Amino acid sequence: MNASFAELSARERLAAVVDAGSFHEWLPPSERVMSPHLAQLGVPAAFDDGVAIGRATLAGRVIFVAAQEGEFMGGGVGEVHGAKLAGLLRRALRDRPAAVVLLAESGGVRLHEANAGLIAVSEVMRALLDVRAAGIPTIVLIGGANGCFGGMGIVARCADTVVMSDIARHAMSGPEVIESAHGAGEFDSRDRALVWRTTGGKHRWLTGDCDELVEDDPDAFRAAAIAALAAHGPLTLAALQQESALLQRRADVDGDNADAFELWSRLGVDDARAVPDLDADAVRARRPVAMAPLATGGA
Amino acid sequence: MDWPTLATRLFGDAHAIVADGDFLGGTATFDGAAIAVVGTTNHAAVGVELALRQARAILATIAEHPGRPLLLLVDTQGQKLRRRDELLGIHRAMAHLGCCLDLARREGHPVVGLVYDQALSGGFITSGLMADACHALPEAEIRVMRVPAMARVTKLAEELLESLSRTNPVFAPGVANYVAMGGVRSLWEGDLAAGLRAALADRDTADRRAEEGARRGGRRVASDVMRRVLEA
Repeated sequence: MNASFAELSARERLAAVVDAGSFHEWLPPSERVMSPHLAQLGVPAAFDDGVAIGRATLAGRVIFVAAQEGEFMGGGVGEVHGAKLAGLLRRALRDRPAAVVLLAESGGVRLHEANAGLIAVSEVMRALLDVRAAGIPTIVLIGGANGCFGGMGIVARCADTVVMSDIARHAMSGPEVIESAHGAGEFDSRDRALVWRTTGGKHRWLTGDCDELVEDDPDAFRAAAIAALAAHGPLTLAALQQESALLQRRADVDGDNADAFELWSRLGVDDARAVPDLDADAVRARRPVAMAPLATGGA
Repeated sequence: MDWPTLATRLFGDAHAIVADGDFLGGTATFDGAAIAVVGTTNHAAVGVELALRQARAILATIAEHPGRPLLLLVDTQGQKLRRRDELLGIHRAMAHLGCCLDLARREGHPVVGLVYDQALSGGFITSGLMADACHALPEAEIRVMRVPAMARVTKLAEELLESLSRTNPVFAPGVANYVAMGGVRSLWEGDLAAGLRAALADRDTADRRAEEGARRGGRRVASDVMRRVLEA
């Protein structure tokens, strides 16, 4: 039995996913490329601003890789953090690695650097789409305890392949934010079962929002990343038209604010109530054919 | 400025832009050529349906009018904060909208963003910030969060944030700060049609926001960090 992927640090995750000992870091902590904004707020900075970037090999092929550290400011994207990610993607466009792999764990824009973080997320999104358009597979692994939210939630879904574990979450606004806006009756952030069946890996798999569902296991993430090296789907007009129709159909199915269980049933998932207790393999087998990803081309 | 006034200042009577709820769409004639207009109004909270609606309008323009310029009119309070939208994958709907705009740019459509009222976080990342360049009216408001809410979430003193925001554009809402940081390329003042004309004529579609932020002094390190990654 392996360690939990979620419980590893960003650097430990990165080391477990790529070929052993192959990671070469750019702008490592020893270079102390730090946030210029946190000190004046009296907030401790990190020597890597919460993200490790560099080159490695995966199954022997050269990839560019980044890992966000959720323990530092929730993986929030500040000016330097975002510039490291955007720089990595721009370098990928120049150097053409076999893939770019992002181990995402982020609450989105780092509010302490609000404006700079927002523009930075946009720069990362544009750079990632440039890399994808160049035919370089873009792969996002979501398995950290903090999930992948906000602007980074959007950026992640711009990639060719999104891999999630069953305990990972991928969404836009956190449940606490929704609860504070509209009350616990809208979204009870303390109801963990509700939160996970609304934003967790199993739900995203069943409704086609992630491309691979794995157990919370570093080896499983590594295997999924290797498989995704062969997955590339250009964003064509036809692909986006198909995705548009699929997303609209899915929204129409839930015209009445249904719960996840009800939505899964309507989409054709057998015995929806049993899903939370199933392991990843069993859930993988239950995805309705109509919900399989279209735009990315899958595998 | 409300959108009908804006439309008249830009196009006179030569437009057929209509609002349907919070969605804005239609076609206008500008300097003798058709331009597609897509956007939101009423400080829209962008949920799954509104993101998809905008995306459909973009896709229809790409499919039916290759190369036609697109003007994105931004007025949003950010993403809709509802459980149903999260369940239905609002992050994917917004990514889809962003990807549609990205495709339009790659297919050669000039895409101009204009914040004419309000722009916040998620709603902005997948609209104006995906244009070739984003512009704004001087009275528009752009922010991630208001200072009091920011103080609450970050557990920092409101007075500290207020005082820092006077010297550092990173912390405070405001169009001028986004110009200084390179997120907004220009402000359209007075003759708005001249602003649109200049934006359409500017066919530099590379992402130069970090360089502009450094040059204007509002975002000093991003450009340098990106360069260092390229040279490492």
